[in-house]
Amino acid sequence: MKGKQALEGVNILDFSWVIAGPATTRYLASHGATVVKVESKNKLDLFRAYIPMASGIPGVNRCATFDAYNNDKYGMTLDMSKTKGIEIAKRLVSWADVVVENFMPGTMERWELSYEDLRKIKPNIIMVSLSMQGETGPRSKQAGFGTELQSLVGFTNLISWPDRIPAGTNNAYTDFVVPWYAIVAIITALDHRSRTGEGQYIDVCQLEGGAMFLSPALFDYTVNGRIAAPSGNRSPNAAPHGAYRCRGENRWCSIGVFTYQEWQSFVNAMGDPHWSKDPKFDTLLGRKQHEDELDKLVETETINFTAEEVMTKMQSLGVAAGIVATGKDLHDDPQLKHRGHFKLLNHAEIGLHSYELPSWRLSKTPADIRMPSPLLGEHTHYVASKILGMSDEEFVELLQAKVFE
Amino acid sequence: MNTQALPLIHYRALDLSDEKGFLCGRILGDFGAEVIKIEKPGGDRSRNIGPFYHDIPDPEKSLYWFAYNANKRGITLNIETKEGQEVFKRLAKDVDFIIESFPPGYMAKLGLDYAVLSELNPRIIMTSITPFGQSGPYRDYKTCDLVYMSMGGSVYIAGDADRAPLRLSIEQAYLQAGAQAAAATMIAHHHRQTTGEGQYVDVSIEESAACSAHLSSFFWDIGKDIAKRQGSRVFRGKVSPRIIWHCKDGFFSWRIWVAGQGSKTKAMVEWMNSEGKGADLQGIKWEEIDFGEITQQQLEDWEESFTDFFLIHTKAEIYEEAIKRGMILFPVNNAKDLREDEQLEARGFWKKIDHPELGTALTYPGAALKSSKFYYGVRHRAPLIGEHNGEVYSHELGFSTEELIMLKEGGVI
Repeated sequence: MKGKQALEGVNILDFSWVIAGPATTRYLASHGATVVKVESKNKLDLFRAYIPMASGIPGVNRCATFDAYNNDKYGMTLDMSKTKGIEIAKRLVSWADVVVENFMPGTMERWELSYEDLRKIKPNIIMVSLSMQGETGPRSKQAGFGTELQSLVGFTNLISWPDRIPAGTNNAYTDFVVPWYAIVAIITALDHRSRTGEGQYIDVCQLEGGAMFLSPALFDYTVNGRIAAPSGNRSPNAAPHGAYRCRGENRWCSIGVFTYQEWQSFVNAMGDPHWSKDPKFDTLLGRKQHEDELDKLVETETINFTAEEVMTKMQSLGVAAGIVATGKDLHDDPQLKHRGHFKLLNHAEIGLHSYELPSWRLSKTPADIRMPSPLLGEHTHYVASKILGMSDEEFVELLQAKVFE
Repeated sequence: MNTQALPLIHYRALDLSDEKGFLCGRILGDFGAEVIKIEKPGGDRSRNIGPFYHDIPDPEKSLYWFAYNANKRGITLNIETKEGQEVFKRLAKDVDFIIESFPPGYMAKLGLDYAVLSELNPRIIMTSITPFGQSGPYRDYKTCDLVYMSMGGSVYIAGDADRAPLRLSIEQAYLQAGAQAAAATMIAHHHRQTTGEGQYVDVSIEESAACSAHLSSFFWDIGKDIAKRQGSRVFRGKVSPRIIWHCKDGFFSWRIWVAGQGSKTKAMVEWMNSEGKGADLQGIKWEEIDFGEITQQQLEDWEESFTDFFLIHTKAEIYEEAIKRGMILFPVNNAKDLREDEQLEARGFWKKIDHPELGTALTYPGAALKSSKFYYGVRHRAPLIGEHNGEVYSHELGFSTEELIMLKEGGVI
């Protein structure tokens, strides 16, 4: 790594846990921000006890999910139920440019670390909270996770077959929406601070952020009174449009045929099956009218080939197609390999494994992953001595008083 | 709160993108950047994306366009002509950001790639949003939302086990890419603020889809395990709890928690007990159970004991009790539920935005966040085709009326 990294010199005090907050700060850390993650042994990041655990053996330093969202951060433990613990947190506030947290609203206040408290310590501090439903409003204090919250936002209802109970994303989807907004907000706030000397408080709301990603459907209701319904994999302007079963166990290829020319190429790629000559399939309208039948016929062809073969055949004739990737497929994807999406790094307990880079490549200050996620309390001494300039005497004294727990 | 002098007001962006990149400029615009959407004369093809205002398919009535081009101004410019390229360069000299989503190589063919533009303006940040990035074996692959989401890993894990895997019915890939591009652009901006140096930002939509999918990649990497779809259950390794449940009038999300979170299950059982139900669940010590030590069958047997109780209660009743009793539970909402939601109402999420050309005001989703200093979010509607040609070309670039007419007649603007 040569030259200056984009966010070098930006200090972030990170109280966040699970996904939305840690994902935000991890991208900032990958661009050179110094991120100190504060955890408490009596209130661990829930992902330290989550799945999957390396080799299936439980341990606070063994969870891949925790590891994935916390690379390149310094980890310190601090007992926030002790006055001294809070005092040290406050010393870190003086060091920080940005404080990030995503606890249930009210938690930071209890530690005397609300925005108002932080401002007394450092008037130009930037504080970011990423909560489920925002810091204000009647339901602000309801706890939750993105996995359930996405139902409130409207995502769950829209990932379903029309004749079945919704399937949902099987994912904490809203946690993958708000980090992008939070990053823009943080850098905008730094820009504003450099211009005016003013800090600010930013209240990032997963309910609202998620809703922004459903804007066309929400508009369709507020303007046209239409309630968007789930459509399986169908699209109003394409047919075939779906994930089709291919050869092998649980292997699928997604295909989308939008124009007449694409339909002809699709038929060609399938080897001109006799059913494709039926005039009812000639037009998009006809294909939409007979879509159930069409989908079944398409599958009688795709089942004879591997998902990769179907994708390659379609792509060679200019038809949109891609395999439905499993975790393994993501690691094998030649394009992601070409982009260097995964980077191998050795984690002291998990071992050598891959970390994911962001979706962007900056030509002069690329993101890099240099450090695996911190072991619990790994950098407590480093943070105390190097960042806070604490003397060894004080450190030992606090250690004995169990403040670094 | 200061709604006038927004923090990014000092910066100007040229947005050449189509639907692949709309949200990038929209987000910069929400924070106050002056974003000029550049369309080809006659308007961008992406104006044909529905839904439409009152279902009238018209390039000036696309709700998709409204949603993601609000807070931008708009000009028309044919950058495929020599004159258009010169005009573009004049604009580029004085801007901070360029956002584009043309196929890789297109801008270079027109002599408008980063190498050329950074000569004119070394501070410029140019962000390209393309299907797979600027190079690589899939660079020229044809795609659509379903293909991106499939290749990115989120489709495989969603849907019922006995049917094909599923995508979200409202397209997400371009929104993920646009929002991630905005984050990347601002990271580059911070670097420029401290060093004066601009740079090129290459965003891959496939990769941004992969960055919005969780689970499958680590399950393979760490355990050589394939995360699978299981309908309305969440994949959690050994056992998979039900996450979506039927109730009297719809669905809601909740799951059985055990171990450290076991009290959350206890809260539900207590509610049942208070109504004389759930006798068979009494005495189960949820806090002492470990998901690693029970079978899927055991879990499903417990789940069975909740089913009937949920069917006699409405979504609203269940949600009310959940809030009262501190449960992690949310109703499965649709667009109407959201519009009527008291939390969004209390936070002032919905904004009335004037559309003088339609003779009305429309209700917009507002913003993803709030700030103690500024109003971040929608302020004004998206531009009509070439709406700000006069403003930008005459007032800001100083074109004479004759020049404007010439450019118009030449099909340049």
